Amino acid sequence: MSVIVEGLVRRFGTTAALDGVSLAVRDGEFVALLGPSGSGKTTLLRVLAGLEPQEEGRVAIAGREMAGVPARERGIGVMFQNYALFRHMNVFDNIAFGLSVLPRGRRPGRAELTARVRELLRLTQIPELERRWPDQLSGGQRQRVALARALAIEPRLLLLDEPFGALDALVRREVRRWLRGLHDRLGITTILVTHDQEEAMELADRVALLESGRIAQFDTPSALLAAPATPFVAGFLGEAARLEGQVAGGVLRFRLPGLPPLAVALPDGPATAFLRPREVVAHPAPEGPLIRLVRATAEGEARLVVELAEDVTLDAVATPHGAVQGEWPRRQAACRLEITGAQVFGAGGARGMAGALRLAEVR
Amino acid sequence: MSASLALPHRARRLRAIPGFGLAFGIALFWLSAIVLVPLLALLLRPFELGLAGLWASLAEPRVAASLRLSFGAALLAAAIAAPLGLLLAWAVVRLRFPGRAVLDAAIDLPFALPTAVAGLAMTALLAPNGWVGGPLGEWFGWRVAFTPAGIVIALVFVALPFTARTVEPVLRDLGRESEEAAATLGATRFQTLRRVVLPALAPAILTGFGLGFARAVGEYGSVIFIAGNMPMVSEIAPLLITIRLEQFDYAGAAAIGLAMLLLAFAVLLALNLAQRALRRGQG
Repeated sequence: MSVIVEGLVRRFGTTAALDGVSLAVRDGEFVALLGPSGSGKTTLLRVLAGLEPQEEGRVAIAGREMAGVPARERGIGVMFQNYALFRHMNVFDNIAFGLSVLPRGRRPGRAELTARVRELLRLTQIPELERRWPDQLSGGQRQRVALARALAIEPRLLLLDEPFGALDALVRREVRRWLRGLHDRLGITTILVTHDQEEAMELADRVALLESGRIAQFDTPSALLAAPATPFVAGFLGEAARLEGQVAGGVLRFRLPGLPPLAVALPDGPATAFLRPREVVAHPAPEGPLIRLVRATAEGEARLVVELAEDVTLDAVATPHGAVQGEWPRRQAACRLEITGAQVFGAGGARGMAGALRLAEVR
Repeated sequence: MSASLALPHRARRLRAIPGFGLAFGIALFWLSAIVLVPLLALLLRPFELGLAGLWASLAEPRVAASLRLSFGAALLAAAIAAPLGLLLAWAVVRLRFPGRAVLDAAIDLPFALPTAVAGLAMTALLAPNGWVGGPLGEWFGWRVAFTPAGIVIALVFVALPFTARTVEPVLRDLGRESEEAAATLGATRFQTLRRVVLPALAPAILTGFGLGFARAVGEYGSVIFIAGNMPMVSEIAPLLITIRLEQFDYAGAAAIGLAMLLLAFAVLLALNLAQRALRRGQG
């Protein structure tokens, strides 16, 4: 079921939670709404579900205008952040709820209803929980019950609000993969709200990054990383460090010492560069910025924190890549920094020109 | 005996309140000192009359009528106050309107007011020459003050804060999410109310009903002004107790007290059992 959102506005008092959001989700797609808290992602989800009114703009789901259509008539499966299971009903009755409130004509009989619920329990891999009560379930089990309950109404659009928030890291990873597999099997258009970029990047076909009520960029995960559209996107994704500099004659010079100048296709003026840790490589050198911390990642890579100036540090990796070995890299050693690439935005804010850079030969 | 001594061994898990033995002992001591010992006196006193005398004292038509009135009016008042209290709690928790804080505070007024004051005020309002009682009598021919109807109104007044305040925290805790979940699953407002909201609130509503009833059945101050206190018609049991006390018929007064105690205990026990059945499987 395709979803089209155009110029959506929703205000709470004087602040606009949604400030002109436009978005087109294709049938069968898995889309993540990603953004810091307060960026409007949950509000967008609630407007789609019919739980918040839209003030301006339009929402069309499967070609049907949604203005004035109440939540109960939308046929959208929603999984709430805290799952919102009915605590006075056991698992079976929770899942059966959507079927048992159908108008009399379309309501399945007892035998059919039982069969449908059992099928959903099998699908979500919790058949043994049928007679349990919500208070007796773990977070992961509750999540599966909530999902089964949402799927019971056979929705063609599934909305998930921070579905992994209540799970511990280990379960989270596993459930994520399982959920994506389920999506691929059922083909239900799915929109997921999350503040966790790793989650969004791993799960979604496309990610919409929200910034204070607007969509900053809506693209595939790899495109978001390779070509961020705005400084906000570049800064939000991939733990990038933000550094100010000055462009003159196609060369960007940083304000801080210890960083080499970069070639960049931008007009003269101030510029902002975003450097990801992997794009900053430290080489052994007799003098230069000092290494403050060395940490070996699980993959055996050496991650460094380099001090550029007092209280200004930069994440970097060390060459040669590979295991942390003997003398280099070590704390308090001097190094020479090489920058293999960066996202650079010129003055004038939004006019972002991503510069794929090579090391400048100029000195 | 040995069974009760074995109890502490089960309680070896970490708890906020120290020592099962200590906590249980203190609780039992205070319960005994404040509740059980005086009640025991109440239990023993009427038997000064002898069993036959006790029965004769209670079988008096005037006593039977007053007990029927007290319990009937209290049950009815609690039954009226329960849905009213639910609505009040709903308004305070869910709705946003100017003066909400004032309404919130006003709910507790019946707690603070000497109930005699409330009784006087209501009598003035509802009496045949009062602001409300006058038109009611003129237009509908209804008499409220000095009848059992007036008693019920007074009891609703004292029971209302109990029903509202017991439902309120549960309603706050319930949140909107389960209602929203029901809506996205296709439930109408009525289905959401009947299948999601009310079942979740039912134990609290029942508790509120029980507290409201208990408060109403023992209410004295506000009722005696509005009741008219006609024997056999609008005389409540607590008043009859006072009357007997004034006649130095202490055993006779205690006999009515005993009857009230047993009846109230039966009602509260039934409510408690019903609540247990409601909560089964939860929590």
